[in-house]
Amino acid sequence: MLTIRVNGKPQQVDVAPETPLLWVLRDTLAMTGTKYGCGIAQCGACTVHLEGYPIRSCSTPVSLAAGKNITTIEGVGAGGKLHPVQEAWIAEDVPQCGYCQSGQIMSAVALLGKNKNPTDSDIDDAMSGNICRCGTYERIRAAIHRAAKAEGV
Amino acid sequence: MRTYDSSPEEGLASAGRRDFIKSTAVVGGGLVLGFYLPGTSRRAEAAAGSYAPTAWVKIGADNTVTIVCARSEMGQGVYTAMPQLVAEELEVDPHAVKVEIAPPGAVYVNELLGGQITGGSTSVRDGWTKLRQAGAQARMMLVGAAAQTWGVDEASCRAENGVVIHSSGRKLAYGQVAEKAAGLPAPKDVKLKSPGEFKIVGKPIKRLDTPAKVDGTAEFGIDVKLPGMLYASLAQCPVIGGKAAGVDDSKARSMPGVRHVVRIDDGVAVVAESWWQARVARDALQITWDEGKGAALNNRDIMAGIKAAAAGPGAVIKKVGDADAAMGSAVKKVEAAYELPFLAHATMEPMNFTADVKVDRCDLYGPTQFQQLAQGLAAQAAGVPAEKVSLHTPFLGGGFGRRIDVDYIVQAVQISKAAGAPVKLVWTREDDMTHDFYRPMSYHQMSAGLDGQGRPVAMKFQATSPSVTSRLFPSVVSKEGVDPFMTEAAVIPYDIPNLSASSVIHDTGLRVGYWRSVSHAANTFANESFIDELAAAAGKDPYEYRRMLLDKEPRFRNVLDIAARNAGWGQPPPAGRSRGIALMSGYDSYLAEVAEISVARDGGIRVHRVVCAVDPGMMVNPDIVKAQIEGSVVFGLTAALKGEITLQNGRVQQTNFDSYPMLRMNEMPKIDIYLVASGEKPGGTGEPATALIGPAVANAVFAATGKRIRRLPIRAQDLKSA
Repeated sequence: MLTIRVNGKPQQVDVAPETPLLWVLRDTLAMTGTKYGCGIAQCGACTVHLEGYPIRSCSTPVSLAAGKNITTIEGVGAGGKLHPVQEAWIAEDVPQCGYCQSGQIMSAVALLGKNKNPTDSDIDDAMSGNICRCGTYERIRAAIHRAAKAEGV
Repeated sequence: MRTYDSSPEEGLASAGRRDFIKSTAVVGGGLVLGFYLPGTSRRAEAAAGSYAPTAWVKIGADNTVTIVCARSEMGQGVYTAMPQLVAEELEVDPHAVKVEIAPPGAVYVNELLGGQITGGSTSVRDGWTKLRQAGAQARMMLVGAAAQTWGVDEASCRAENGVVIHSSGRKLAYGQVAEKAAGLPAPKDVKLKSPGEFKIVGKPIKRLDTPAKVDGTAEFGIDVKLPGMLYASLAQCPVIGGKAAGVDDSKARSMPGVRHVVRIDDGVAVVAESWWQARVARDALQITWDEGKGAALNNRDIMAGIKAAAAGPGAVIKKVGDADAAMGSAVKKVEAAYELPFLAHATMEPMNFTADVKVDRCDLYGPTQFQQLAQGLAAQAAGVPAEKVSLHTPFLGGGFGRRIDVDYIVQAVQISKAAGAPVKLVWTREDDMTHDFYRPMSYHQMSAGLDGQGRPVAMKFQATSPSVTSRLFPSVVSKEGVDPFMTEAAVIPYDIPNLSASSVIHDTGLRVGYWRSVSHAANTFANESFIDELAAAAGKDPYEYRRMLLDKEPRFRNVLDIAARNAGWGQPPPAGRSRGIALMSGYDSYLAEVAEISVARDGGIRVHRVVCAVDPGMMVNPDIVKAQIEGSVVFGLTAALKGEITLQNGRVQQTNFDSYPMLRMNEMPKIDIYLVASGEKPGGTGEPATALIGPAVANAVFAATGKRIRRLPIRAQDLKSA
């Protein structure tokens, strides 16, 4: 039995310690906002925060997250309100199929957490690990710039 | 966990049928309005069994308005655009309605494709009139019910924002009259608004699915969870088409969480309490494969086979004048051949499906672009009648044509049946990449004769490739051998007096499928590269040369001019950069594009800017149109710069995003889109721009380097500075 703290809530999970965090979130805890895309940390669809840092949960054994704080798309907002990055995503109508967007948003939130006013080059560096097959990249860029201007980031 | 309606006969599908239109009350005193369109039922039955007629609009006694969307939402925006069409005439706020994706049903057949299919950029074209009529009929019945309630003439009432208003100022909300409206005969004569009266259609309203897609609540097939559900991972033969000859599953069966190991047509599935357990145990299976004849397939041989087939005469697509004779008397002759590779769809959400097979019924949940085929083949696999198969379509994490095929659905049904439990089958990315229905490899032979001024007097085109349609819809291939989905955009729009276009279908042994923009991408690459070669041979500017040949094609000429002007054509590009231009028509839309690129010393290409002019006719939602063009540019650019599936000993060599890379944020060009409001009939926009970026970039490479790209993807080693 392992304990992980997901979105502030301690969760006891009875899984093999090498199980990727992604599948513990999705199948054990039924938090399906975090997506499976490649399983080898190539696409970023599974991005969550571990102690505030963006990680690829598909390639992170749950044992590495034991006792640590994990934030997922379900918990990125605060007090029932959307995160400013999510608001910006809506304002720019970013998603198409939407499948990669949880991971995109988690990468963007992490970027803005350490860089309040990212340049296009900063965005390239932070976001190029996240694939969007629908090609929403330009709207993602616009939404990050928009969120950077919004209060609270 | 979502609660699902588990009966296929419930709700809309249970509605009784009248001759053309029917109405009926549903539980809760609401109104269901449905249509029975003559001919559709028969066609639907022919495709995959028989279906009950269904409906488009539900109005609850609590004033909830639900609009049924008959197309799968896979990113292209139908979840918003289809309700916009209904809401325009229903007189409701589209942001206040609920949207449901339709179950399988004859009424939901796509008239342009003859099946309940999301594809071919047809959703708006098919729904344009039909869905506005659906909204208008519901509104008229609601107004009629209110007029009866008040004892007044219908003509003294109008509808506005979900409320019927009498000239006296009295009001009744739709929910208050829905039950009465359901008992009224549906009107047969429906007058629709003219485009000038539209308040919702043609407006760039926000997508209705965005909020759910930014907070993790949007449900995709892979997110489905049923009570008692088990998870499956399926080992398929590394060579597509191969079968398991023998399996030792003793180790897998002993692993944690494993509940079943089952053999199905396509392989051996491990069924476990969690997907990861199934996935790990699958690797412990010892399977002997009978690889079948596919094991002999190698890329080089496949292209050689295509080229050999291309040497024969093709089936005629179009013939104007006498191209051979005119070619003989031409001053200059130009010839070129172009090659395109197999491609994978690589939807971000891998193939998956959830099936719950019981003795007398089967309930399905998952992503599909072809509800009827899914229902029909699932019924066969489950051993129950099609009407006992329910199908719930959540959001699709991309489709691009891959989910027109239903292999993974049949697999899920077979596994659930064998396991005797609801099962969610999830493919790995590797399964997905190596067991696709690939975009066909193709070979295009072009020749032209120019007169003394460099103007083409004759052109010949022949395309050779496998035919997707021969497998999926064989009756659509003409007896002469022309597949309409292999020959799209094969006939160029330029004014050339003697023209011959033909095609050869050649089965390579690897299964192929429809891929975003289908054959437009291949044929447009050949045609728009070749016209550029002719311009060069004639010593003319590629834009001016095209323009000269488009006297009779005002819509083409208009988009060409707009793209060229906004790209700064005629003025020198920024230092180190070059431009290429291309145009096409597809899905009743007209497009032209200019790509601005640079080529590095190592041959690497950077696309800096793409200017795209699009005349899609009337639009439902211009912002969604723009998003589709943006996405298509990225999709097509990924293919042009990176996309290639290769086979060695029958095995697909690309397995994941490391070996089949995608365009990423740091490689994005700036994309400028100019929409032309031509007022022409609506065209499709989900696909065509995919086809245009390849030739635009290839032509820009020629402008930059003098090297002609005749094979995609563009290879850096071919462009390296000497």
